[in-house]
Amino acid sequence: MRYHHLVVSICAALVVAAPASAKTISVSADAADANEKLQEALILAEPGDVVELGAGVWKLTDGLSLDVDNVTVRGAGTGEGGSILDFSGQQGAGEGLLVTSDDVLLTNFAVLNTKGDGIKSKGADRIVYHKLRVEWTAGPKATNGAYGIYPVESSDVLVDSVYVRGASDAGIYVGQSKNIVVRESVATENVAGIEIENSYDADVHDNIANRNTGGILVFDLPSLPMQGGHNVRVFSNIVSDNSVPNFAPAGNIVASVPTGTGVLVMANRNVEIFDNILDRNGTANVMIVGYRYEHKDPNYQPLPRQIVVRDNQHGTAGYAPAFPGGAEIAAAMGGTLPPVLWDGSGDAIVNDDVGVLSLNLPDMAMPQSAAKPSPADLKGAAPAPLPGITLPASMEAKVR
Amino acid sequence: MRRVFAAIAAALLCASGASGGAPPGVDRALVESDAMPTKLSAFGLFRDNDPLRPVAGIAYTLRTPLFSDYAEKHRFMLIPEGERVTITADGAIDFPVGTVLVKSFGWPDWNGGRPVETRLLIRRASGWVALPYIWDADGEDATLALGGRRVPVSFTTAAGDRHSIRYAVPNRNQCKECHSLNGEIVPIGPKLRNLVLDPAASAALRARYFAQPAALEPTMPAWDDRASGSVADRARAYLDVNCAHCHNPGGSASNSGLFLRWTDDPAGVNYGIGKRPTAAGRGSGGMDFAIAPGAPDHSFMIYRLESIDPGIAMPEVGRSTVHKEGAALLRQWIADMVKDGSRRLPSGLNERRHPHNRHPGKGRDLSVAA
Repeated sequence: MRYHHLVVSICAALVVAAPASAKTISVSADAADANEKLQEALILAEPGDVVELGAGVWKLTDGLSLDVDNVTVRGAGTGEGGSILDFSGQQGAGEGLLVTSDDVLLTNFAVLNTKGDGIKSKGADRIVYHKLRVEWTAGPKATNGAYGIYPVESSDVLVDSVYVRGASDAGIYVGQSKNIVVRESVATENVAGIEIENSYDADVHDNIANRNTGGILVFDLPSLPMQGGHNVRVFSNIVSDNSVPNFAPAGNIVASVPTGTGVLVMANRNVEIFDNILDRNGTANVMIVGYRYEHKDPNYQPLPRQIVVRDNQHGTAGYAPAFPGGAEIAAAMGGTLPPVLWDGSGDAIVNDDVGVLSLNLPDMAMPQSAAKPSPADLKGAAPAPLPGITLPASMEAKVR
Repeated sequence: MRRVFAAIAAALLCASGASGGAPPGVDRALVESDAMPTKLSAFGLFRDNDPLRPVAGIAYTLRTPLFSDYAEKHRFMLIPEGERVTITADGAIDFPVGTVLVKSFGWPDWNGGRPVETRLLIRRASGWVALPYIWDADGEDATLALGGRRVPVSFTTAAGDRHSIRYAVPNRNQCKECHSLNGEIVPIGPKLRNLVLDPAASAALRARYFAQPAALEPTMPAWDDRASGSVADRARAYLDVNCAHCHNPGGSASNSGLFLRWTDDPAGVNYGIGKRPTAAGRGSGGMDFAIAPGAPDHSFMIYRLESIDPGIAMPEVGRSTVHKEGAALLRQWIADMVKDGSRRLPSGLNERRHPHNRHPGKGRDLSVAA
């Protein structure tokens, strides 16, 4: 049954994706003007073409961009002997690679040390990020670029089997998009490992988010073209040891994430967190909060609503709460905070068999100094489960 | 600038005087085809392929131009015989198929004032196409550079500042990053509110080019001419021209929610006042707001304009130097804004509830946890 289904979807994808004229354009890392040659290849590619990145270290001075539909950019690997796009000497552009066309597959190469974002795709529907490495090789530094993998304003996004390290904002950041899957990826030593922001319908599963400041974030922010984030499932991930001191430039929202945060939900509705392994997150394994900055957006909904936490395995947590007053609260509670922290706003169901601490700040206008922390029991009947994300077969076929 | 105008105007006068009719040399079939010729000379746009001597067309300038590393830009437009440019009901300029907008970039004290590059924006039946050409070392012709290139140049600004930079000729995709609106390439310079036709162009030539020549009345101030508008209006003109081609709801920076068109509400949060960073990363410079009224040093819009670090600088494309004079205008505009929270400021600027915001790097933890 499953085999039959697979064959059908591959055939369908081939019909769509391979015009008769499809060709492979190979570019070598060694050419003196490799940057210009590669950029030309990305411009002259036609739908169906593959742009093949030669093995070796590419010394690039300017950002690359792709604006042709249905092109594959394929390298020879993400590690030694692979196709390594090194932007240490970058002089221009806000990212290493920018994709603005639909049905693009990026696979099997690495992007290192960009000055801004690593790989960005904007308005790029059905994009597939597969087997990529985006890394700032010196590890956590405030001078690193913001986002590693950065799809925005897109419908149907797949991030599969990528590795991101060192982003001074989020390693994998999906913003203002719909129908999203982030899976089987590793995010480490970023400020935020994986972040879903102002987006609808996302599955984040089977990832490892460890040694970030915060592991997995589900946010919604005001005054943006797309907001009202909802329907996000975070499941079967390992979210552990998110202990890296926050190194985000101040002002950015992630600069306010306390070190030691596992999964953090802010101002979203219908978020399910289940079947994860949550361990050694010094502030909290799970945190559920409202957006407490002032704003002037009458359409913005700042509360977390219908958040469900169930069936997760909790290791230690709450032993190093990194928010003001956290240590005092922990001391009063016998040394550690319970693994789940709720600011007391909106509504949440927590059926995990662990303690929940509420700060009892239901009103967004209440200052943190008004917190009256107390244990809370949020057990209850969860709303009907979310259906889960199905991506177009053409996308799944690209990673099989 | 005036000198350039005079040079092009003189060339065009010669051209029109000499021919009077069909532009000599312009390969209209090539212009209107889908071809991307390797050499600029193939189009036949110039006399002796001298970029300062167009064979035909009308030169134009902009009240407020886009800053491009202090380059002087020579602009002219060329439309097919028998066609006319029209002004649409909503005030947009509609160029006919076959239009070529030609813009050459150079510095008076670099390479004898010869342009480094010439960009064509051609209206074809399939839409606008952007073609960047870089002048060859011998200056005889220019070669298509779809992939862009960095060209070392040195020049001195009017203020006497000496710059040696690796000037970035944009690749074709970067052309589109700025020239795109809802996914289509569009011209961004020649807008009705900003377009100034060569004053030397005769009434007959204007009437030959424009169906409604009298409608060409630019309303936007010149950013550097105090007589043309208040500081605030000139700052808004500067933002419109330098930022709004991306910072609009259909542009490359739509996701930022920062919209800087001349027509946008300059008091709104989407104009940057009290607007927190969205995806600015290092571009925030540790500041909380794009524009903090009265405090240019706490406004990351200024921080980004005054940086040339690719992870910080705005605009992202087309700038390897800081536009000191433009940044100074925006600084003055922000400094002049009332600081008092009781006036038209967003209350978010009253940061008493978020004391950590005043101390970048400290206490990065409050808002989310509580």
